[in-house]
Amino acid sequence: MIVALALPRLAASGTRVVAVAGRNVVALRSVGWLAFVSGALEPFLYLFSIGIGVGTLVGDMRLADGSVVSYAAFVAPAMLAASAMTGALTETTFNFFGKMKFWKLYDSVLATPVGPMEIAFGELCWAMTRGALYSASFLAVMVAMGLTGPLSALAALPATVLIGFAFGAVGMLVATYLRGWQDFDLIGTIQFALFLFSGTFVPAEAYPAVVRWVIEVTPLYRAVDLIRAITAGGLGWFQVLDVAYLLTLLGLCLWGASRRMSRLLRR
Amino acid sequence: MTPMIEAAGLVKRFGDFTAVDGIDVTVQPGESFGFLGPNGAGKSSTMRMIGCVSPPTDGLLRILGMDPVRQGPAIRARLGVCPQLDNLAPDLTVLQNLTTYARYFGIPRREARRRATELLEFVQLSERSGAEVEPLSGGMKRRLTIARALINEPDLVLLDEPTTGLDPQARHLVWERLFRLKQRGVTLVLTTHYMDEAEQLCDRLVVMDAGKIVAEGSPRALIERYSTREVVELRFQAESQSGFAAKLEGIGERTEELPDRILLYASDGDAALTEVHARGLSPSGALIRRSSLEDVFLHLTGRTLVD
Ligand SMILES: Nc1ncnc2c1ncn2[C@@H]1O[C@H](COP(=O)(O)OP(=O)(O)O)[C@@H](O)[C@H]1O
Ligand SMILES: [Mg+2]
Repeated sequence: MIVALALPRLAASGTRVVAVAGRNVVALRSVGWLAFVSGALEPFLYLFSIGIGVGTLVGDMRLADGSVVSYAAFVAPAMLAASAMTGALTETTFNFFGKMKFWKLYDSVLATPVGPMEIAFGELCWAMTRGALYSASFLAVMVAMGLTGPLSALAALPATVLIGFAFGAVGMLVATYLRGWQDFDLIGTIQFALFLFSGTFVPAEAYPAVVRWVIEVTPLYRAVDLIRAITAGGLGWFQVLDVAYLLTLLGLCLWGASRRMSRLLRR
Repeated sequence: MTPMIEAAGLVKRFGDFTAVDGIDVTVQPGESFGFLGPNGAGKSSTMRMIGCVSPPTDGLLRILGMDPVRQGPAIRARLGVCPQLDNLAPDLTVLQNLTTYARYFGIPRREARRRATELLEFVQLSERSGAEVEPLSGGMKRRLTIARALINEPDLVLLDEPTTGLDPQARHLVWERLFRLKQRGVTLVLTTHYMDEAEQLCDRLVVMDAGKIVAEGSPRALIERYSTREVVELRFQAESQSGFAAKLEGIGERTEELPDRILLYASDGDAALTEVHARGLSPSGALIRRSSLEDVFLHLTGRTLVD
């Protein structure tokens, strides 16, 4: 009975989430193709310059489970995780913030049956669709270069989507606190620090114990750990922890973001 | 019949500032209802509560017979909202602004396109269908926002200052379209600080000032009740004006003194002006006109609507 009552409401809510996400597709058609394509390029630049270039100097890497892989195979999953993060954060901070504060887009959306949670979730779904396309293209190149197997690549794709969702939710929550464009410098710096130190280019084990612990609780480290275990090897219980960590982050931030939106826009 | 809007003792506070101070309003289906008041009167705050995007601080509010706090989405599905400031999407074309908005109401793609095309026709923007929004004139943007408000075929249309900032020609075009909606039986609720707009479009209105309703009725009834049939506007050389008000004592029913002129309220303007001249007063300018809602507002609050 309760299910029968809830289902139509859930379906209506789903339609509204799709409408929010779909708006971006319409907008893309009219302006943003170039930006869309250029966003896919960044991880490749890092992979080729550092993974392969620096890799010839570094040699092979030993993973936690004892297996040995090329430096490119070590760096590639990190680039993938980092680009999932960057893509999601860009979409949800810059774009979401601009739409909310400058275009007042959501003021007009909230005058319809669409609610804050549906907006947050819809925008996030869009960010993820876009991120998943980027990730898929990167994984395809990894397979072609022999940096991972095709099955591992298939398994890594949903993991990148989860990473995107989690960081997208973080970005959205952060966006509701931003005062102006000046705050983006700070976000950029934090993002870059995460990018450099999350076991991306050097394993966390290389740092002193205290620093290592700090690194290991940051979200990008957990994301890199998850993808690396899938594409390079060493899948185990730790990755269950990674998934749980990212899911929790996603849930908390999404809830927080929709609450903040209600407070900001429904005064 | 269930009223479209029913408010009793409705209050909106921001912190300890009271923007809407206990208003009672009932709007019946098919009515054209207006909130007339100067800037800061609390019109937009009221409209946002009616539009279910701003929770009332206190009092009773029923929209379409439903509770805006618990049944917000169901109510908003049947409302058309034209906010005070246009918030069209600059990254979409004119047509896309309507079709994407339709999707928020769950209107299927094809139907959305059909309605959007029809509405662009209605607001005379068909030729701009594929154009970007930004280069449009203020009047065009306003018409597009009104079209957007109609995409879900609403039972109740809320228009917050539909023509503020538009040039006279653009205003008349908007009025004409709104008048057609009214004739179709759509319930319109609008706010304005233009008395001519209220007179043109409203069957009934409330005069708002500082969060309170100070009068209610049809434009004509309000004028009959709070003003005289005619008004004589007298202008004097600025520095000498103050002395003249006293000398007008006894002519007409009453006078109002504004910084640049004196208003003399009388049922017969010609007779009153003759009397002014008979007293040996020679204003530098004199104009006889019919009373308007502006005079009603002035009488009720001692201030003008538009400063
Ligand atoms: N979100 C808000 N926070 C604080 N004060 C507000 C807010 N919105 C409106 N006000 C104040 O409430 C009063 C009434 O505003 P408003 O309803 O916009 O009046 P109107 O639309 O009649 O010009 C104004 O003094 C305005 O400054
Ligand atoms: Mg206003």
